[in-house]
Amino acid sequence: MGVQRARKLEPVLFARRRTLFLISAAGALFLVCAALTVRAAQDVNPFSGDPEAAKAGASQFRSNCAFCHGLGARGGGRGPDLTRAHKRHGNSDAEIFRTINDGIPGTAMPANGNTGQGVGMTTEEIWQVIAYIRSVENKGSAQSAGDAGRGRHLFADSAGCAYCHMVEGKGGRLGPELTGTGAARSVDYIVDSVRKPSRRLAQGLLEATKEFPQEYETVTVVTADGQMFLGVILNEDNFSLQMMDTREQIHLFDKTKLRSVEKTRDSMMPAYDPKTLSDKDLQDIVAYLISVSAK
Amino acid sequence: MKQFLYFLTILVVAAAAGTPASAQVTPERLLNSSKEPQNWLTYSGDYAGHRFSALDQINASTVSSLVPKWVYQLGSTGKLETTPLVVDGILYATGQDDRVFALDARTGRPIWLFQHPLPSDVRPCCGRVNRGVAILGDKVYFGTLDAHVIALDARTGNVAWDATAADYKLSYSFTLAPLALKNMIILGVSGGEYGTRGFIDAYDAKTGERKWRFNTIPSPGEPGHETWQGDSWKIGGAPAWITGTYDSVSNQLFWTTGNPAPSNRGVQREGDNLYSDSLLALDPDTGKLNWYFQYTKHDEHDWDSTQVPVMVDLDGKHLIAHANRNGYFYVVNRSTGKLISANPFGKVTWSNSKDDEGRPVATKESSPTLEGNRMCPGAIGATNWYSPTFDPQTKLFYVNAREQCDIFSTAPQTNEPGHAYYGSAYFPADDTEPYWGALRAIDPATGEKKWEFKHLSPSWSGVLSTAGGLVFTGDAEGNFIALDAASGKPLWHFQTGSAAYGGPMSFAIDGKQYVSIATGSALFTFALP
Repeated sequence: MGVQRARKLEPVLFARRRTLFLISAAGALFLVCAALTVRAAQDVNPFSGDPEAAKAGASQFRSNCAFCHGLGARGGGRGPDLTRAHKRHGNSDAEIFRTINDGIPGTAMPANGNTGQGVGMTTEEIWQVIAYIRSVENKGSAQSAGDAGRGRHLFADSAGCAYCHMVEGKGGRLGPELTGTGAARSVDYIVDSVRKPSRRLAQGLLEATKEFPQEYETVTVVTADGQMFLGVILNEDNFSLQMMDTREQIHLFDKTKLRSVEKTRDSMMPAYDPKTLSDKDLQDIVAYLISVSAK
Repeated sequence: MKQFLYFLTILVVAAAAGTPASAQVTPERLLNSSKEPQNWLTYSGDYAGHRFSALDQINASTVSSLVPKWVYQLGSTGKLETTPLVVDGILYATGQDDRVFALDARTGRPIWLFQHPLPSDVRPCCGRVNRGVAILGDKVYFGTLDAHVIALDARTGNVAWDATAADYKLSYSFTLAPLALKNMIILGVSGGEYGTRGFIDAYDAKTGERKWRFNTIPSPGEPGHETWQGDSWKIGGAPAWITGTYDSVSNQLFWTTGNPAPSNRGVQREGDNLYSDSLLALDPDTGKLNWYFQYTKHDEHDWDSTQVPVMVDLDGKHLIAHANRNGYFYVVNRSTGKLISANPFGKVTWSNSKDDEGRPVATKESSPTLEGNRMCPGAIGATNWYSPTFDPQTKLFYVNAREQCDIFSTAPQTNEPGHAYYGSAYFPADDTEPYWGALRAIDPATGEKKWEFKHLSPSWSGVLSTAGGLVFTGDAEGNFIALDAASGKPLWHFQTGSAAYGGPMSFAIDGKQYVSIATGSALFTFALP
C-alpha cells in the first residue's frame, strides 16, 4: 500500500523533483547573480524623485493602500499617517519596500498581494507607491508641538489614562494598549478618540485579514443566577462570549445560559471635553504617545 | 505462462465483481442526480443550482448529536473555497494554488493529491483559490490560476489532457468549478480586476478540444457591441467566474457575468456595457445566446452578478431566482428572460426607482466621485459568489447577506496589460455601526424575507438545505451551524477554528449521511455518532 500511495502522489513529487533538477542544472553562479540582482533591485528606488512615477504611485496607493492609510496617505482608523517623515518600521526606501512587500507580522499590515481582496502590486508598482509617499511626506521631524514629558505625567496620573491603558508595560488592561499608537494613528485620530471615544471604536479589518478582532464594545451580562458583570468584549461568536470586567477579570460565557447580554458601542471610556482635559494637556499627551512610539 | 493465466483470471474476476468506486459518471447520471442522493455530482448538487440534499437522516430531531468524523488539513496557507464532489464513496475537492485531491469520503484518508505547477509570475486577484472540480466519465476536471483547463484521471490524479484557454500574463485565470454537461466541460473565466475580455468556454470532455467560446462582450458588428464606448469593449471585463445551471427541458444553459472593467470608473466606457452583470441563456450545443437579462447597467461599483442562477419552479412557472450582489433579489422567467420581480434583500441606496420593466434604476448621485461617496451595498455587495440554496420542501431561498456600505471613489486610469485595472478604489464608510451579516430566508413567490439569522460579521459561506428540514451554513467566526429551515432557529453548531469560505454539501455511504464544509485550509466532515 505504501508504495502504491507514493506512486499516486507522484504529480506533486514530480513537480518538486523537477524544480530541484532545474536548480542544480542552473548552477550556483547563476543563483548568486540572481540573488545579487534581486537584492539590488529592492534597495534602490529606480523612480526616486520621478514625478510621473509618483503620479502612478498615487493611483496605486488609492487602490491598494488608502483602504487603511487614507486618501492622501494621512492615516485612517486602521493604518498610520504616512506623510510623517518617521516610519515606525524603517524610513529607507529599502525598508519601506520590505514593509509593503512582506507586511509587518503581528499588525494589520499584510504582505503585498496577500489580503485575499485585491490583485497586489508588481515590484515596479511598489516603487511607484514609495515615490508617491516621498512626494507627500512632511520634511523634518515628527510634530512635537506638545511637551512629551508633561504628557507622560498627565497620562500616568491626573488625566487617568493609565487606569485603563497600558504603555510600555505599565497601566490598565481594560482599554487598548497604546505603546505603538502614536506611530500607528494620525494625530487627528488620536485627538478624536479622546474627545469622542464612542464615535468609532477600535476598527478591525475585513474578516479575511483581521489580526485582532477586539473592538472594545461595552457589555453588560446578567448570569442565570442574577450576577451582573460590566466590561469590554474580548471576543464573541453567536454562541459564546469572552469578556473582561471592570476589575480586569476575564469571564467566559455560554450565551445560551445567560439571562441577558447587552452590548453597546458607547465606549466605557469617558469623553474628555476641553473642560476635563485642556487642548494643551491633550497636545502634551499626544506628544508623549508619539515619543513613546518612536523608540 | 501458468502464472500469467492465473493473474489474468484474477483481473477478469475482479472486473466482473465490479467496484462502485470505478463506475463511470455518465451525462445521464448528472441529469438524474436526484436519483442518487448519496452522491454529490456537481458543484451545486444538481443542474438546477439548488444545493439541496434529499438525505434526511440528519434532521431536526437528530442534528443535536452531530459529531465531527474527520478533518482533512491541506497544510498550506490561504483559504479553501471548494465544494467537494462525492461519487460512490470517493470525495474530490480542490485547494489553494491549484491543488486537487481525492479522499476516502468515509475516513478522510487521501487517495491521491495533484498540484498544477504554476508559473511564478501568476498574480490572480483575491486569493489563490479554487472552488471545485467537475466529474464526467472517469475524469475530474478543473480550471487553473494560469487559465488552463485540466482533466485528471479520477482514479490516479494523472493528467489526461491540459488545454490552455487564455494567456495568464494578460491576467486571465480560472477559479470556478467547471460544469460537466453532455460530453462537454463548461467554464467561465476570471479577471474582472484587469483589462480583460470575459468568455465562457466549452471543451470536449474526452479530448480537451474547445467546442465553442461565448465572448461576454460582443465583437464589432454583433448586437450589444454598441453599448461600449470606443475601444473599451476590448478590455471591458465581464468575466464569468461562477458555475452556471442547466435546464434540460428547454436545453438552456444559464450563466452569470461579472463587473465591467474598470470596476470603479464608468466614464471610460459609456453605455450599458453588455453583457456585464448579466444572466445569459445559452444553447449549450452551440454556445449561441438565446436571451440575456442585465441586472446592473453600466456598473460602477464592482457588483459582479456572479451568483449561481437558481432554477425555481413555482405554480407551473419556470423561473430563475437570483440574489444579486447589488442588493436586489430578482426573479426572471427562464423561458423568456423577462423580469418578474426585483426586491431588495439588504440595504440599498443606489436606486430609488424602477424602469417600465421593473428593473431598479441607479440614481444620478450613485456614481463614484474623486473624493468618494457612500453607497449601499458596499463593494463586496449584499452577497457575493458564495452559493445560496433553494429548498423545494419549504419553497424558500436561503442566502448569506452582508450589511455593509462603502465609500466609492473613482480616478482616471490607463490600462496596462497584466496590471490591476480598477479605476480607483473603495473605502470602509466611517460608520458607528460595524458591518454585519445574516442568513436570510426569502420567499421567491413574493420576494419577502421569512426569517433571518444574524451573523456578528458577514459570512462568506455557502448554504446547504436538506430534506431533514435543515439549513447548514458556516460563519466568519468559524462556526458550522445547522438551523431549522422553517424558522431559522439554530439547532446545532461546531467551532471549526477558521472562517468558512466553502460550500457545504451532503452525501451518504452505506446508509450513513455525512455533511462537509471547508473552513480555513481544512475540510470538515460530520455525521451522527
